[in-house]
Amino acid sequence: MTDTVSDDLPDTVWIEKTSWIDAMPRWLAMSLLFIAVVTLWDLVTRWGWVSPIILPSPAETLADLIFVGRNLITGDYMLGALWTTTKTVFFGFLIAASIGFLLGVLVGETKFGERAVMPYLVAIDTMPKVAFAPLFIAWLGFDIASKVALAAFIATFPIVVATAAGLYAASENERMLFKSMGATRMQTLLRLKLPTGLPYMFTGLKIAAVGVMAGAITGEFLGGGKGFGALIRQSASQMDTPRVFALILYLSLLGLLLYFTVVWAQRKFVFWNKDQRPGALG
Amino acid sequence: MTMAESQILPDSAAIPRSVYEISRLSKTYARNRLVALTDVNLTLREGEFVSVIGSSGCGKSTLLKIMSGLMPPTSGRVTLEGKPVTGTRADIGMMFQQATLLPWMTTIENIVLPIEIRQGKSAARAARARAQELLDLVGLGDFAHVYPGELSGGMAQRASICRMLITRPAVLLLDEPFSALDELTRDFMNMELQRICHETRATAFLVTHSLAEAVILSDRILVMKPRPGRIVEEVVIPLPRPRTLEMINTPEFGRIVAHIRDLLGKEAEQ
Ligand SMILES: Nc1ncnc2c1ncn2[C@@H]1O[C@H](COP(=O)(O)OP(=O)(O)OP(=O)(O)O)[C@@H](O)[C@H]1O
Ligand SMILES: [Mg+2]
Repeated sequence: MTDTVSDDLPDTVWIEKTSWIDAMPRWLAMSLLFIAVVTLWDLVTRWGWVSPIILPSPAETLADLIFVGRNLITGDYMLGALWTTTKTVFFGFLIAASIGFLLGVLVGETKFGERAVMPYLVAIDTMPKVAFAPLFIAWLGFDIASKVALAAFIATFPIVVATAAGLYAASENERMLFKSMGATRMQTLLRLKLPTGLPYMFTGLKIAAVGVMAGAITGEFLGGGKGFGALIRQSASQMDTPRVFALILYLSLLGLLLYFTVVWAQRKFVFWNKDQRPGALG
Repeated sequence: MTMAESQILPDSAAIPRSVYEISRLSKTYARNRLVALTDVNLTLREGEFVSVIGSSGCGKSTLLKIMSGLMPPTSGRVTLEGKPVTGTRADIGMMFQQATLLPWMTTIENIVLPIEIRQGKSAARAARARAQELLDLVGLGDFAHVYPGELSGGMAQRASICRMLITRPAVLLLDEPFSALDELTRDFMNMELQRICHETRATAFLVTHSLAEAVILSDRILVMKPRPGRIVEEVVIPLPRPRTLEMINTPEFGRIVAHIRDLLGKEAEQ
């Protein structure tokens, strides 16, 4: 018999040390930070360091949150405003995604797009796009259309860039593989380049989701209308800061909903991408 | 000593017909005016296994890409089965250093992809049975429906062999297909490759960095020299077939390896 380690010795099972700050579950970490910020906020307002017109107390803000929430639930005028903004964001996003995708394919797949179209896109992208708002209002009026246009205009560029980058992402080996299989250009695009580019495109969509919100609200600030942006501006002009806070919070829910819809779609469609680190919220 | 060995060819059988014919082939990369190949001449005969060996950057991959029709030569002539190669063809099977399986398709979907690309979805569905047979052959029968992310490097490389074989190519062009594998897996894969080539009567052309791999598999080894890339020697391997891993330990094997290492060393000195 060969020498073996005696079986009486204990297993060397040991626990890897993690510092308590990394070991915290997300709900606890988020709650702790929330409590800390609200407490600080409360103290700052309670001790009168800041005027209530600039920063309302948490209690006032909560009261307004409840008021606005009730108004939304009972289907009062605020719900109408939220619905208007939701439509603006939805259509703006849809238009940006479609045009952005098509332009991205043009730029990423054709030499013409890369050489002729891309320089103009870059030139437009470097302009402050919000400055186009008065033009859109002049062209499309004070209704929802001008806001949709501004929102889509802002959100299109990240999608173009991401789609084009995604189409470049297939490796030299993968391209040679498709070539050696005798794949047509269309087959290579559909079966190789687009799937390879999907993770990039979703990154573009996430940036666009943020941009489309900013575009929609800016449009409503500048062009009036019936949306949430108009409500916020009204409350701000009346120095009703708690209301502004409450409206912004509800508005951010719309942004979150859009963002996490994109994250959800990414998880579903890019199921193979293992290098998405967990915990980074997609 | 080599001359004596070189004469050992299958004596009674008639010389098999030539499949690939390459003459006066040169390639200069326009981008950097780099002369990657000059005046390469070679003939591959049906069912033959030929390896190319040479230092890194001497133009082996370039030669393979031109032979497969992935890239045009600057001058010279490449014909396969009498027809000039002017693009990729269905009767050539290629295998690269990386397995390159598409991560959004299951293993078996990856394997029938060449059929799907050339002949459409229904032909690909019909080829699934054969794909499963091939997977069984390389020991991946149970992994047909998993995604490549769950395969190890060696398993992925075996799957890519199946993908190459699914179209029943007459010629296999292999660019360091097993260089990413550990030595044991590599030996196993080499024996598999020999068996597959024997059964399908395929003509094989292998680029490798491993002397032992080249000797154990090949009927002939071409030694390349860099700057500019060209074939400087041809060594016929007289070991009997089928080759076995035990042959690696025979004195004859050792002599052949030493001889080629000598040739390569001489090239390096110059
Ligand atoms: N697309 C390219 N454009 C310009 N030069 C290239 C290109 N591909 C290869 N070369 C050059 O051609 C020469 C031969 O390259 P090749 O890839 O054929 O070498 P190799 O023998 O396969 O090397 P290795 O064993 O490292 O794979 C190298 O000097 C390389 O720098
Ligand atoms: Mg190479």
